[in-house]
Amino acid sequence: MKVQLWDNKDFLAGLLMIGIGAIAFFMALDYPFGSALRMGPGYFPRVLAGILIVFGVYVGWRGLRAAEQVEGVWGWKALAFITVSLWVFGWLMDRVGLIPSLVVLFFVSALAGHEFKIKEVIILATVMILFAWAVFIYGLGLPYRLFWWD
Amino acid sequence: MEIFNNLIFGFSVALSLQNLIYCFVGVFVGTAIGVLPGVGPLVTIAMLLPLTFNLPPIPALIMLAGIYYGSQYGGSTTSILMNLPGETASVVTCIDGYQMAKQGRAGPALAIAAIGSFAAGSVGTLLIALFGPPLAEAALKFGASEYFSLMLMALVAAACLSSGDMVKSLAMVVLGLLLGIIGTDVNSGMARFSFGIAELTDGMGFTVIAVGLFAVSEIVKNLETKERGDVFTSKIKNIMPTVADLKSSFWPIVRGTAVGSFFGALPGTGPAISSFSAYMVEKKASKTPERFGKGAIEGVAGPESANNAAAQTAFIPTLTLGIPGSGTMALMLGALTIQGIAPGPQVMTSKPDLFWGLIASMWIGNAMLVVLNLPLVGMWVQLLKIPYRWLFPSIIMFCAVGNYSINNSAMDLYLVGIMGILGYILVKLECPPAPLILGFVLGPLMEENLRRALLISRGDPTVFFTRPISLAFMIASAAILFTMIMPSIRKRKIEAYEGGGGGGP
Repeated sequence: MKVQLWDNKDFLAGLLMIGIGAIAFFMALDYPFGSALRMGPGYFPRVLAGILIVFGVYVGWRGLRAAEQVEGVWGWKALAFITVSLWVFGWLMDRVGLIPSLVVLFFVSALAGHEFKIKEVIILATVMILFAWAVFIYGLGLPYRLFWWD
Repeated sequence: MEIFNNLIFGFSVALSLQNLIYCFVGVFVGTAIGVLPGVGPLVTIAMLLPLTFNLPPIPALIMLAGIYYGSQYGGSTTSILMNLPGETASVVTCIDGYQMAKQGRAGPALAIAAIGSFAAGSVGTLLIALFGPPLAEAALKFGASEYFSLMLMALVAAACLSSGDMVKSLAMVVLGLLLGIIGTDVNSGMARFSFGIAELTDGMGFTVIAVGLFAVSEIVKNLETKERGDVFTSKIKNIMPTVADLKSSFWPIVRGTAVGSFFGALPGTGPAISSFSAYMVEKKASKTPERFGKGAIEGVAGPESANNAAAQTAFIPTLTLGIPGSGTMALMLGALTIQGIAPGPQVMTSKPDLFWGLIASMWIGNAMLVVLNLPLVGMWVQLLKIPYRWLFPSIIMFCAVGNYSINNSAMDLYLVGIMGILGYILVKLECPPAPLILGFVLGPLMEENLRRALLISRGDPTVFFTRPISLAFMIASAAILFTMIMPSIRKRKIEAYEGGGGGGP
C-alpha cells in the first residue's frame, strides 16, 4: 500500500524538526555568535538549531525510504475545543472573574467529547466549580474575584 | 553511626503532625489521581504543583513526594485491574497482572505489588541516606566541565534508553534544549526567542510545558476514539497472597529492587526502563519462562519493585547534584526553586531538616501506601467507573486554574494551548515528549556550564576530556550511544520494551 506524504509519520516528523530548526536558526542570527572562548548569546541556539535540522533531514529521509503511516485518526476536533477552552479561560480570567470563566471552560471543553449532554455538563460544571471555589479560593486563598462585579 | 543519627533526625521532622498530614494528603490525592487512566505521575504533579506554593518548603516537598509515589502506585492498580497502564513504567505490569486478575487472582496481584513496592521503597530510602552525603560531598568538587559532561550523559541516557525511536528521542532532547533557551540570556541580558512577548523574557514556565505536552496531548489522544466501556466490576476477594505466592515473589522482589535502584540513580533513566529490564530479568531467571504472559506472579513482583525502587533512588541525583534525572524530578526541583532554595549539593548541609525530613517521609509515605491501598482498593476501583467525559473537563479545569495561578497571567494559558498542539502532533508522529522535557530543564544549566568551562579553559574544548571525572562522564555517554547503535543491542532493547507486548498501547 502506498503511503501518502501527508500521512507519512517519519516524513512529517522530519519536516517538523527542519521547520522548527530553521525558524530557530534564523531568529538566532540576530544574536551575536561570539567565539568558543567567549560565547555570545547566539552560539548555543545556532548550534542546536543546526543539529535539529540534521536530525530532521535524517528522519525525513528515512520516512521517504520506509514509509510508515500515522497510526489511528487525528483528533483535530478534540484538540481544537480543548485548546480554545484554555485560551478563552485565560482571556476571561483577566476580565470577568473565576466563576464565569470556569463555566465557559466546562462548556467549551466538554464539546471535545463524543457525547455532549447539556444536563450532565450543567451538573458537572456546578459541582466542579463549587469544588474549585473550596480548594482554590477558600482553601488556598488565591486572590481571584468570583464575578466581574466583585 | 552518623547515618542513623541523620535518619532519626529525619523521622523527628517527618513525624510532626503537620508533616504527617501533608504526607497523607499527598499519598491519598496522588493515588486517587494516579488511578485515573491516562494520568501519570508527571501530569499529576504538574497539575497539583500550584497547590503547594503557599506551603512552607518542607511540607510542600513532602506532599509532592507523596503525590509522586502515590500516583506511581495508583498506575499499577489500573494496570492490574483494567489492563490500562497510567504511564510507560506500568506497561509491563499489565502483562501478567491483568492475566492474574482475569483468573480471579486480582487480590494477590495487588497485594504483591504493594508488598514489593514497599520493600523496594524501603531499600531505596536507605540507599539515598547511605549514598546521598558522600555523593553531595564529591559533587561540591565538581566544576563547570564536570557538570556539563554529567548533563550530557543524562540527556544521552534519557534519549537512548527511552521506549521510543533513538534518533527521534535525541531530536526531542535538542528541541527541549532550544525551548529552554527562551528567555533572557544571563550573560548578555539579551532576550532570546521571546517573539516580542514580554512574558517570554522570563522564560517559559515549566508547568506550561509539562501540562501542554503531557496533559493536553494525552486527553486529546484519549478522545480520538470512543470511550471503552469494559470496566472490571467483579468483586475482589482474597486480598491475601498464599504462602506459595510469597515464596515465589521473594527473589523477584530482591532482583527488581536491585535493577530499579541502579537505573533510578542513573540520571536520565528511570522507572520505565527499570520495570522493563526487571521483567526481562525475571523471564530469564525463571525455570518456567512459558508461564510469563499467562499470569505469573513473578512478572508482577519484579517490575513493580523495580519501578518503585527507581522512583526512590531518582531522588539521589536530584537532591545531591541538583540534576534531575527525569521530567518528574525536574518538577520537584522546580518546586524547590519556587520555595527559594537553590538546588545543588549544598542543600544537604544548608537545609538538613528538609533533606532528611523528606527522606524519612518517603518511608512513612510508602508505609501509608500499603495501609491505604490494600483495604481501600475497592474504593479506587469505584473511581474507575467515572465516565471519561466527566473526567477530562475536570482535569482541564485543574490544569487551567493551576497554570493561571502561577503568574496570574493569561499568557501562560495561551502558551499551554500552543504546547498542547505541539505535544499532540509530536505524540501522533511518535516523537517521545519525555526526553524533550529533560532537555528543557537542563538546557539553561548546560549552556551556562559550557560557557563557564570554556571561559576557564580559555576556549580549549579538550577541558572536557582532560579532567578525570568529566572524562568518565564523556566516556559513559559515548558508550551508551555506541552500544545503542549496535544492531544486536538495539534489537534487544526493542524486545525488552515489547517484552510480551500486547498489553500496553
